[in-house]
Amino acid sequence: MTEETKRITTPFSDEIVESLIAGDRVFITGEVYTARDAAHKRLVELLDKGEKLPFDPHGQVIYFVGPAPAKPGKPIGSAGPTTSYRMNPYAPRMIEAGLKGMIGKGEMGSEVVEAMKKHKAVYMVAIGGAAALIARSIKKSEIIAYEDLGAEAIRKLYVEDFPAIVAQDYRGENMYIKGVQTYKRE
Amino acid sequence: MRNIEANVISDTVRRLCMEANYHLGDDVLEALNKFEAVEESPLGKNILKQIIQNAEIAHSEEVAMCQDTGFAVAFVELGQEVHITGGGLNDAINDGIHRGYADGYLRKSIVEDPLRRKNTGDNTPGVIHLEMVPGDKIKVIIAPKGGGSENMSEVKMMKPADGVEGLKAFVIDRVRRSGGNPCPPVIVGVGVGGTFEKCAYLAKKALLRRIGSTHPDPFYAEMEKELLVKINNLGIGPQGLGGRTMALAVHIAEHPCHIASFPVAVNLNCHAARHKEAVI
Repeated sequence: MTEETKRITTPFSDEIVESLIAGDRVFITGEVYTARDAAHKRLVELLDKGEKLPFDPHGQVIYFVGPAPAKPGKPIGSAGPTTSYRMNPYAPRMIEAGLKGMIGKGEMGSEVVEAMKKHKAVYMVAIGGAAALIARSIKKSEIIAYEDLGAEAIRKLYVEDFPAIVAQDYRGENMYIKGVQTYKRE
Repeated sequence: MRNIEANVISDTVRRLCMEANYHLGDDVLEALNKFEAVEESPLGKNILKQIIQNAEIAHSEEVAMCQDTGFAVAFVELGQEVHITGGGLNDAINDGIHRGYADGYLRKSIVEDPLRRKNTGDNTPGVIHLEMVPGDKIKVIIAPKGGGSENMSEVKMMKPADGVEGLKAFVIDRVRRSGGNPCPPVIVGVGVGGTFEKCAYLAKKALLRRIGSTHPDPFYAEMEKELLVKINNLGIGPQGLGGRTMALAVHIAEHPCHIASFPVAVNLNCHAARHKEAVI
């Protein structure tokens, strides 16, 4: 864990994933895709049928978010992360399909960690509830699939210096364990 | 009798939906600043600073502080001398929610059926809790409730023999199992007593109490203090990443209960502890 913030860009190579350690603060720049429960369900159904996804997941990062509507003149409304454990059933499939990064909040399950270790992927968190602040780093937003899902549609975002924290890395290091051990008292 | 037009209620609800989502209460901000000053984890401190900064941006730009603008929960105290004209109370409230969420650029997070999951498109219906009170006024509180912290809540029908120690153990364990999921720092609402559903209602209503206020009964006031210390000693910290600030407050609400029963409910609220009220 370093005190300074690492600047990283998407898409992620294996080298980028390897450089990230649980506890690191990062600024992400580049394209990021959004998906929540309903969109993940459809993506995994496509994978099950061997069909093409609405975007190529190789090296990509998915942000678990359902943004608020944009006010006029803004690219997006408030856009903080949603709770990640709900994506546990889907995330391993997406990682197998080439996904390299996920952004959400809260701990991800052991099945996801196993896939992260096997295929080199990283789980980062944005600050849950800091949605107005986070929205400032989102410069463009475009719905690319499942418009019928409303806030849960898949969007392609372009972000600049999007603030996140590495929570669980591909080695299995876990801030939810490490951080709590450091600060708990009897 | 005093006549109150349904559209006045609807306009009030519309305004409260927006205000609650844009402007964090001064008591929450005060608590966030207080805990930020003493947070030992550098990462935790940085997170609390960003949460405070986020509240300032939402306030000054009048945008939602969190993208999850919540289930619109309405607590209504209806004076028994009030006669509502020009429409029904429930319709007026839902119309206010519909317009508040549309006009305020707030997210529509309600599905019309829990299994078939089609979005209603306008964040209605709200959950409406109605109480009749003396007088000729209507008090409306709108408390948008986020899903992340609601999902970490629980009701347990405990045994009377479990007593104070059982209650404390359950509350602490519920918070521990929540980890970073409910967006800590949280407010912990605890309902004790009543029936199964009354207890859950009390836990939710306890979240509305002003942070920093003391429970009127010293027995419970002491318990709230002790629980807050023990919860923060879990080390879960801001966003669950480690630190000394898991909860900003513990609020207990109690009610008489059956000789056979000891219901306890824990309702967690994220740091976006939103509620605004008006008296008509």
